[in-house]
Amino acid sequence: MSKDIVYLDNSAVTRIDEKVLDAIKPYYFDDYAVATSEFAYTMGIEAKEALENARNTISDSIGAKSEELIFTSGATESNNLALKGVMYNQDKKGHLIVSDIENFSVLNTAKTLEREGYEVSYISVDEKGKIDFEELKEEIRANTILVSIQHANQEIGTLQDINKIAEYLHEKDILFHTDATHTFQRIPIDVSKTPIDLITVAAHTIHGPRGIGGLYKRKGVKIKKLMDGGFQENNLRAGIENIPGAVGFAKAVELITEEENSRLKELRDYLIDKVEEEVEDVTLNGSREDRIPQNANITFHYVEGESITLHLDMRGFAVSTGSACFSKSLEASHVILGIGGDHERAHGSIRFTFSRYNTKEDVEKIVEAVKDVVNNLREISPLGKKGSE
Amino acid sequence: MSSPYSDKVIEYFQNPKNVGEIENPDGIAKEGSPACGDMVQLHLKVDEDTQKIEDIKFRSYGCASNIATGSIITEMAKGRSIDKAKEITWQQAADELGGLPAVKNHCSVLAVDALKEAIRDYEEKHGLVEEQVSTTIEVAKERLKHVMNPIHGLDVLKTNLVEDIEIKDKVITVTVDLAEDHQFASAVKEDIKEKLEPRWDIEEVVVKYRE
Repeated sequence: MSKDIVYLDNSAVTRIDEKVLDAIKPYYFDDYAVATSEFAYTMGIEAKEALENARNTISDSIGAKSEELIFTSGATESNNLALKGVMYNQDKKGHLIVSDIENFSVLNTAKTLEREGYEVSYISVDEKGKIDFEELKEEIRANTILVSIQHANQEIGTLQDINKIAEYLHEKDILFHTDATHTFQRIPIDVSKTPIDLITVAAHTIHGPRGIGGLYKRKGVKIKKLMDGGFQENNLRAGIENIPGAVGFAKAVELITEEENSRLKELRDYLIDKVEEEVEDVTLNGSREDRIPQNANITFHYVEGESITLHLDMRGFAVSTGSACFSKSLEASHVILGIGGDHERAHGSIRFTFSRYNTKEDVEKIVEAVKDVVNNLREISPLGKKGSE
Repeated sequence: MSSPYSDKVIEYFQNPKNVGEIENPDGIAKEGSPACGDMVQLHLKVDEDTQKIEDIKFRSYGCASNIATGSIITEMAKGRSIDKAKEITWQQAADELGGLPAVKNHCSVLAVDALKEAIRDYEEKHGLVEEQVSTTIEVAKERLKHVMNPIHGLDVLKTNLVEDIEIKDKVITVTVDLAEDHQFASAVKEDIKEKLEPRWDIEEVVVKYRE
């Protein structure tokens, strides 16, 4: 059944690549031992080698040293470890800065810290989703410990100028964390050139396995361990290592190419151009140029997103929306509201995210379907009609 | 994995009945708001002799259950006397559709409210309302029941969003338990104004936020 589905929700999770699965398999069936010390049995020593090779591949891809990468269970854990790890490690409760449109794993971690008595500032973004750099400067206090600004946004794909932010904070001696879940391997980061202190990366967005992620932590940056247990991951993350996951993660990193990223960009631009050409009253959410290659997010005015996604689902397309109705909580997207959009704009927003497995034909098919669905729903809608609102 | 919606909801979602407007309608209503993500508009034509709903059309901005309940309510009301139509409950409308997911019951409440409002509009325009009642706190509360609290999907009174109502010299002041910079603040304000401004003895509606 899934063969006929055009899946365009790749920022939620991607399909695993067969080559990744093949790389993982031996670590479940043959060399399935835990990573042991070099004085233990062969299977364990080899498992340890596989883990370290994976660590090498991944850290290498961002110009980091191998020992600077901590494996975690995914982006959520990495974000928790970065924020709480740094803030808990201070003698006095310090000040943290995050942006308004962070992923919930950053935003809700910041809120938890706030409840625990830490000072937290939230930086607003402009209509394209870019943080206000001047506001960031103004928010800095004598006790500011850490700033966490995402590399790109999960919904609207807007890229932040992390190089500029990193340079500035480095000079001020303030730690900088960036959540790179949606840019890792898509937009280059080089920590040997840019002074970023902590970076969240994950495998699920790049055709890797779920349940594995990483936190880059620059050498010398001190964090507090969050979970008690064994001494794994340099005594910073307890629990037996997910070696199959790490091996799969590294394989996924190896499989991403420059060509693939340019191809995704072409699909993205093709979709945006085609929708703007064929459907009236649409708004592109986020920046036209400064966005990740795999994301297009468009509001279809006068109609509501859950209705659009349901109609599309019945026709074999998987997309997501920022509409409140789509979510269990009935809350509209904090990102669209954050860029100054009203609720109607959030409710009518649809996110299309591409992957290795999408084609130009997929774009043509979905634009055709979206056009039809939106027109049908506008026929029913009381909004946007002459003599009405 | 099956859909959270009944087959009947899906059927009405795909093929809604009685969509549109009526020229020179006898009664109209618009409930909900784009801010809440759902809105239903109804137009009525009432036979003056029999007091029966001759024709009824709807438009909907919202999710599948919003469209389906908007549609089913028109079928349930058509041909009924206005008094009988007023008796339709949201539960009956939901049952008629084979049930709704709990989180979507407010769509049915919205559709039923729209029907009652459209009938009230007809009655007011046709002098069927006994006498003009002056706006008291109780009357204001009755009107505010039609303002949704977008945070919970229930009305602003039930969810204690309204802290205080004061009426003085034709000015009604409603204080809401929301900070001015809250994401829903302006939407709630607009909705409250929309419901109270038409009162014949009110000249100004002031909405105050939490300090």
